[in-house]
Amino acid sequence: MKKNENCDHIKLSVHHLDFFYGKKQVLRKISMDIHKHSITALMGPSGCGKSTFLRVMNRMNDLIPEARAIGTVLLDNEDIYGNNTDVVKLRQRVGMVFQQPNPLPKSIFDNMAYGLRIKGIKDKQKIAELIEKSLKKTSLWGEVKDELHKSALSLSGGQQQRLCIARAIVMEPEMILMDEPCSALDPISTTKIEELMKELVDDYTIVIVTHNMQQAQRVSDWTGFFYMGDLLEFDKTKEIFHHPKEKKTQEYIEGRWG
Amino acid sequence: MSKHEQFSEKLGKSLIFIFASISLLILLSIVFFIFRDGFLAFKENGFFHFIFGHDWNVQDNTFSVLPLIVGSLVVTIGALLFSVPIGFSCAVFLAEIAPEKVRNIVKPAIDILVGIPSVVFGLLGMILLVPYIRDHYGGPGLSILAAIIVLILMILPTIIAQAEDSIRSVPSSFKNASLAMGATHLQTIWNVILPCAKSGLVSSVMLASGRAIGEAMAIYMVIGNTFTFPKSLIDPSRTLTSNIVGQIEEAAVGGTHLHALFGCGLILLFIVFILNSYSFFIKRRGCRSC
Ligand SMILES: Nc1ncnc2c1ncn2[C@@H]1O[C@H](COP(=O)(O)OP(=O)(O)OP(=O)(O)O)[C@@H](O)[C@H]1O
Ligand SMILES: [Mg+2]
Repeated sequence: MKKNENCDHIKLSVHHLDFFYGKKQVLRKISMDIHKHSITALMGPSGCGKSTFLRVMNRMNDLIPEARAIGTVLLDNEDIYGNNTDVVKLRQRVGMVFQQPNPLPKSIFDNMAYGLRIKGIKDKQKIAELIEKSLKKTSLWGEVKDELHKSALSLSGGQQQRLCIARAIVMEPEMILMDEPCSALDPISTTKIEELMKELVDDYTIVIVTHNMQQAQRVSDWTGFFYMGDLLEFDKTKEIFHHPKEKKTQEYIEGRWG
Repeated sequence: MSKHEQFSEKLGKSLIFIFASISLLILLSIVFFIFRDGFLAFKENGFFHFIFGHDWNVQDNTFSVLPLIVGSLVVTIGALLFSVPIGFSCAVFLAEIAPEKVRNIVKPAIDILVGIPSVVFGLLGMILLVPYIRDHYGGPGLSILAAIIVLILMILPTIIAQAEDSIRSVPSSFKNASLAMGATHLQTIWNVILPCAKSGLVSSVMLASGRAIGEAMAIYMVIGNTFTFPKSLIDPSRTLTSNIVGQIEEAAVGGTHLHALFGCGLILLFIVFILNSYSFFIKRRGCRSC
């Protein structure tokens, strides 16, 4: 890891993180700096701990009984596992998009307004404006503007996933975590979401888990390669794919296993 | 298919058909009986008099049931008023808040409570509740209050078990979505989990109401069974069901008296039918919104 990097460029810094489910250790001594306004891709074979690591960053692991994180995770230089962290605030700053599109069984509008209302925004005009802005950003506006009060579950899978992204960015988070956001989608929807990520990165810091190496190469600036709970290699995406330092990484990206 | 297979296939299907027809026939004839004798009660006493009057006079052979309907509704609604909020809270606690260990002990215990025969609750009410009410609140002890409490104890496990099941069957992805947007656990329960579980919650209440309105023995044991409009909670009263239990020996000879009891049965059938259709309707609608 480059220790001499200017701190101002770092959005989130993980240092010596160990993670346990009960007695089982699934992450070992992970250190990683996530750069502001960059897309960081997390790769590695199934079960190596990518999703767990992603959920460390917005403390969604707190929901799992017996899950334990040891180490420091600094968001803008503040420890999110510190004693006085407000988890609710943290999750509003660090949004999340899941592998399966998971709109709530409410209307499109209510899905978008849900987080805003939770945040305490009451002004209907303001809510409507924010919703329109995010839907436009995710280029969903044109497709749904006349049926905002239809159930979100009636959208196609790709539309649902873009709604979930819109729902995350309407909260104006600083970071967006995406766990294999395209794995349930067709190639066209995937392309749309990849383009969307590239646009969003101007405003947000994005971390994405992906099994798709082309996708990692297409969208990400940084890539971390996980293997059985270790972060084997973390570098600029170009470096990882063209000059991998570890043999395991090279084998994996050449598709010899995984 | 061989000849033999064809034969056994046919035989199997005809057997199933025969058994299905027999049970259907039995059910239909029961309904027919209730309707026939129940309608006789309407005819002999006059429809309006039977439903809206308040005399039950075996000597004069005039019968009417308004106090019974009121009694039934009062004890059922009274029991629901308490057991629904308590039951839902317990269900939320068990499904969402309690640690796994607690749940693993309490849930099976509640499932067992669901199966306790109601007469046992009646017995407990008779031995413990009735004297307590008599000593502390006055009156004969046999009372609406005792009936309501017995019903609460009886239907609470039903509500908790059913409601807990429906809360737990809400997909965790909804919960995750809400939490990831910065909602607290309580906000998530209130805004996402309970609305998604709505149809299951409603049907738990309907099931409980059905049990409460149809309960005869346990109520008969603690309500005093006097044919009066209840004026306060510690007054005795009578319900449609406890009326049937209390009168059947006397009425068994037949005639107007027996028809009047079938009339009570018919009204019960009608109330339960309404409850079931309502629950059916809610379930259908629930599927679409969730
Ligand atoms: N809730 C849990 N309780 C216990 N163990 C878990 C839990 N979730 C994940 N694990 C274990 O932790 C390890 C890492 O899981 P994780 O989901 O982070 O892997 P992943 O890299 O995201 O895999 P995939 O690519 O298949 O999504 C696995 O061995 C898994 O079995
Ligand atoms: Mg995963």
